[in-house]
Amino acid sequence: MTGGGQNTGRAETAAPAIELKGISKAFGPVQANKNISIRVQPGSIHGIIGENGAGKSTLMSILYGFYKADAGEIFIKGRKTEIPNSEAAIAAGIGMVFQHFKLVQNFTVLENVVLGAEDGALLRPSLAKARDELRSLADEYELRIDPDAVIDEIGVGMQQRVEILKALYREAEILILDEPTGVLTPAEADHLFRILRGLKDQGKTIILITHKLREIMEVTDTVSVMRRGEMTATVKTAETSPEQLAELMVGRKVLLRVDKKPATPGGTVLEVENLKVRDHAGVERLKGVSLTVRAGEILGIAGVAGNGQSELLQVLGGIAHGTGSVRLNGTELDLTGRFSDGRSRRAKGIAHVPEDRQHLGLIMDFAAWENVAFGYQGDPAYNPTPWRIDNAAIRADCAGKMERFDVRPPNPLLAAKNFSGGNQQKIVLAREIERNPELLLIGQPTRGVDIGAIEFIHQRIVQLRDTGKAILLVSVELDEIMSLSDRIAVMFDGRIMGERLPGETDERELGLLMAGMDSAPGNGRPALETVGGGH
Amino acid sequence: MDFPTLLQVLDSTVRLATPLLLACLAGLFSERAGIFDIGLEGKMLASAFFSAAIAAMTGSVWLGLLAGIAASLVLAGIHGLASITFRGNQLISGVAINFLASGLTVLIAQDWFRQGGRTPALSGGARFGNITLPFSGPLADVPILGPIYAQLVSGHSILVYVAFLAVPVTWWILFRTRFGLRLRAVGENPAAVDTAGISVVRLRFTAVFICGLLCGIAGAYLAIALQGGFAREMSAGRGYIALAALIFAKWRPWYAMGACLLFGFLQAVGIRYQNLDLGLITIPVQVMDALPYILTVVILAGFVGRAIPPRAGGEPYVKER
Repeated sequence: MTGGGQNTGRAETAAPAIELKGISKAFGPVQANKNISIRVQPGSIHGIIGENGAGKSTLMSILYGFYKADAGEIFIKGRKTEIPNSEAAIAAGIGMVFQHFKLVQNFTVLENVVLGAEDGALLRPSLAKARDELRSLADEYELRIDPDAVIDEIGVGMQQRVEILKALYREAEILILDEPTGVLTPAEADHLFRILRGLKDQGKTIILITHKLREIMEVTDTVSVMRRGEMTATVKTAETSPEQLAELMVGRKVLLRVDKKPATPGGTVLEVENLKVRDHAGVERLKGVSLTVRAGEILGIAGVAGNGQSELLQVLGGIAHGTGSVRLNGTELDLTGRFSDGRSRRAKGIAHVPEDRQHLGLIMDFAAWENVAFGYQGDPAYNPTPWRIDNAAIRADCAGKMERFDVRPPNPLLAAKNFSGGNQQKIVLAREIERNPELLLIGQPTRGVDIGAIEFIHQRIVQLRDTGKAILLVSVELDEIMSLSDRIAVMFDGRIMGERLPGETDERELGLLMAGMDSAPGNGRPALETVGGGH
Repeated sequence: MDFPTLLQVLDSTVRLATPLLLACLAGLFSERAGIFDIGLEGKMLASAFFSAAIAAMTGSVWLGLLAGIAASLVLAGIHGLASITFRGNQLISGVAINFLASGLTVLIAQDWFRQGGRTPALSGGARFGNITLPFSGPLADVPILGPIYAQLVSGHSILVYVAFLAVPVTWWILFRTRFGLRLRAVGENPAAVDTAGISVVRLRFTAVFICGLLCGIAGAYLAIALQGGFAREMSAGRGYIALAALIFAKWRPWYAMGACLLFGFLQAVGIRYQNLDLGLITIPVQVMDALPYILTVVILAGFVGRAIPPRAGGEPYVKER
């Protein structure tokens, strides 16, 4: 293997903070890591990028003592180090911020920081010491936080800060962050990057694992690319481009911008007026939303998760009830009662690709062919006689859909859970799009989907638009909204904050709208005291 | 109810609450660490038998106590092995332990003593006597407080004092020590404990063994302090009532004491007033005996409001990336 260390081969004087030599790890027949070598310079931010399943997390888990490598050596600051468990990793100065935080929800910040790093058998002195320590860390790194706040009651951005503080409290010199921005707003992500740069200036070494090219370009000094368990390249960030990285990740050229012609919108398909939705607790989630989607147009709904986008999709898709007026091609839709369910919506020509595909879009333990029929099991093509469902026909239909949507492996008998995120999404898309709906509702189309599949899914959405269908797209990924939408509506706190055209706006302006600030001149006051969804 | 009768009922309450309290605190340690333990009952029963058997054979109440604790620890170890090491279903493991204890105690008792599944009646050094606290004689004449001290506080077996002392000790361990912090954390989010470099397995086994220790004392109290010998099924559902008390107490030590005293009080009332005559109707003895169990059902039906168990409770910990 020659990839590791290329382009950084010039003689470095300081010993690398971390050096991995020939790390391999297999899970049964699957080779998760193949002969990986990497050098991470001290005091730098080193990105590791790769698609889902490329082996990034496995590699970091080996470094944090969760797995034992089958072969290979780990050097920390030039010294060969064995890391059989997390305790050893902590002792070696490695701190890890997991994608899913490892916090005790009903403990205070202070208790979480102290857990496992207590100074003695009694708690009181440990907590007092940690309180002082947190105060000085807060000043040093811009990591201000109330030590007595309970984790349950603080936002995800804060929770992430607690994870970083945990690592710093244990005197970590090397900080590994696994997909840290997945749960953050753009502003929170920017704050995180400021913190990371501050840590770097203090001499800490940071490894940033992500699949977002933009973050790699923005914050890292060096980037290593992984593909199918191998380290395909390590390059200086300044000497590369997103296009090159994407190609290294996927192994072929990838279109990062969605290739689409200007929209040629027709008549209004969906007309929503003053739509209100309450959740089961009686809290108003939609506070009077009005919007329209025309034929041959993609309306993108931007916003931080939890500001009513989910409820909008649910009520339009027939999963939740609401009040107000929704018209499809001029006919009023029921928002309550027995004709407000998903089946009635489908009958009217509304297809729904739900945000939570693993719970609402698919039954994970059922085979792909069964999933392909869900919602459309009454289709005459599947039911030659009223008392018999033709499984063979469904399987054949599924095989066709899998081929047309490039689902891999194209095996209708495989359970949904055994497909990758991207291929699961393609199964749902195939089911909904091939019904040729008037209106497609689609939520988080590429969440947890790898880059190659993202390209394909985006193309399919645009194709559907070009056949003159209306599409309502909800995504928390601003990039996706910007590149797919023909018009953008921003939601905040159950309301539409404003509508913009993608060519006439930028991320900064949309970011302000997402945080509840009206960016229009003379209107620069926050709509609410609290910024962000607060969920 | 006059004052001497009230004192008698309360005195009886304390005696009857003791095994519940010990078992409840046992369950508290286990469940706070994320291991649900429906096998409190079985552990108590096994301990009751072995403590009575060894006390009968050796004539030493202390050896009896140790034997009871040892038996309970063995069952705790089995539960730990099944639910922590082998990641089995904690409820099934607990139920199995209850069946095991229920059958095995009678079987061995019959084999050893041939008295129809009982142990011989214990007396003298083979049974815990009551401790008379200092000054209870002279103070007995002080009105109100004197009799309370002499009859209610003084004059119990040492295990009663152990049980009530265990309440503040449990609270202190849980909320003031490193071990307690980790114990609570492992029941809420074992992944947090694991990534902090602490062994989840070791921590949970420790909790399960503390549970075994306390259950052992509870069982021994039944056979060699409260009663003088073992009788089949003598734990009589106390392990389950202790679990109900634990939920009632929302997994907190002081509340656990309150809950156990309440259950003990109902049992005491049931024993004292066998047929309660209310003038128009007479409440039959069976209803009085059923009181604690009725309360258990009411509590478990959620009458007390939402009780949130430790979040990782019942789930075996599987390490994921």
